[in-house]
Amino acid sequence: MADVLERVTKIIVDRLGVEESQVTLESSFKEDLGADSLDVVELVMELEDEFDMEISDEEAEKIVTVGDAVNYIKSRLS
Amino acid sequence: MKMEGKVAIVTGASRGIGREIALHLARLGAKVAVNYAGSEAKANEVVAQIVEHGGEAFAVQADVANSEAVERMVKEVLERWGRVDILVNNAGITRDNLLMRMKEEEWDAVINTNLKGVFLCTKAVTRPMMKQRYGRIVNIASIVGVSGNPGQANYVAAKAGVIGLTKTAAKELASRNITVNAVAPGFITTDMTDQLSEDVRRAMLQQIPLARLGNPEDIAHVVAFLVSDGASYMTGQTIHVDGGMVM
Repeated sequence: MADVLERVTKIIVDRLGVEESQVTLESSFKEDLGADSLDVVELVMELEDEFDMEISDEEAEKIVTVGDAVNYIKSRLS
Repeated sequence: MKMEGKVAIVTGASRGIGREIALHLARLGAKVAVNYAGSEAKANEVVAQIVEHGGEAFAVQADVANSEAVERMVKEVLERWGRVDILVNNAGITRDNLLMRMKEEEWDAVINTNLKGVFLCTKAVTRPMMKQRYGRIVNIASIVGVSGNPGQANYVAAKAGVIGLTKTAAKELASRNITVNAVAPGFITTDMTDQLSEDVRRAMLQQIPLARLGNPEDIAHVVAFLVSDGASYMTGQTIHVDGGMVM
């Protein structure tokens, strides 16, 4: 199983059309990666599929940065 | 207007306008989930009629005002057919009363089914439609949602709400190739209008330039157009199908 960050990064690069180098744990989806609200909803949907989990609306709203997503997924996988 | 391979959910499809919409979409080749709340036998009749003509359909029970039931319905459709292309939010009820006499329960019941139900069903199909990058949603509003109507404060408020919801959903989902439009029927011949007295009917006809009540088919044809590729550049619109009553 590839590293969580790698898998998340791949989805972000595919979905938002950004360079891999732009994607760091600190990058904010909206501020740094040019995502709009709907893009974030879609990213969460794709993460749910990729990691085979359901992310509730309440949890999804807390995901602002790439690090938030990675940490949340790791906490659920462990 | 061929719809082969398209999957449609029609809410409140056991009777009246919803029934005709389900039959018509099936005639055009769509697979149809015939939703009903209580009239199982009537819904099964609609399914039987579709199957008899070589179409594909199944009946699915769900109270549209109940989010769990709605999610279960959409899940069942996805499990069976793998996608959902078309949603027609048609389910509706009336609890008419003058504003001064209207009970809170009458208000809540109509708002819950006629407005919240549209929200819940739309929300539930948004996810698969976004993934597909394709979706056609048609909300059945009512001409009284535009004009107002004495004795129907709850119904009118819900239908006006549906028109606003249609516009917002259209703006939110347009970038994902999901269109959302509304149809506002005028006086349509159904079980409901059959019970009206001759006097009331005559008074109604005087307001209608085309001088007849509409048929469920009149609505079904416009819905079929709105979910067809021919209407792919229309979204957020409310189409009046009312014989010219409200312009």
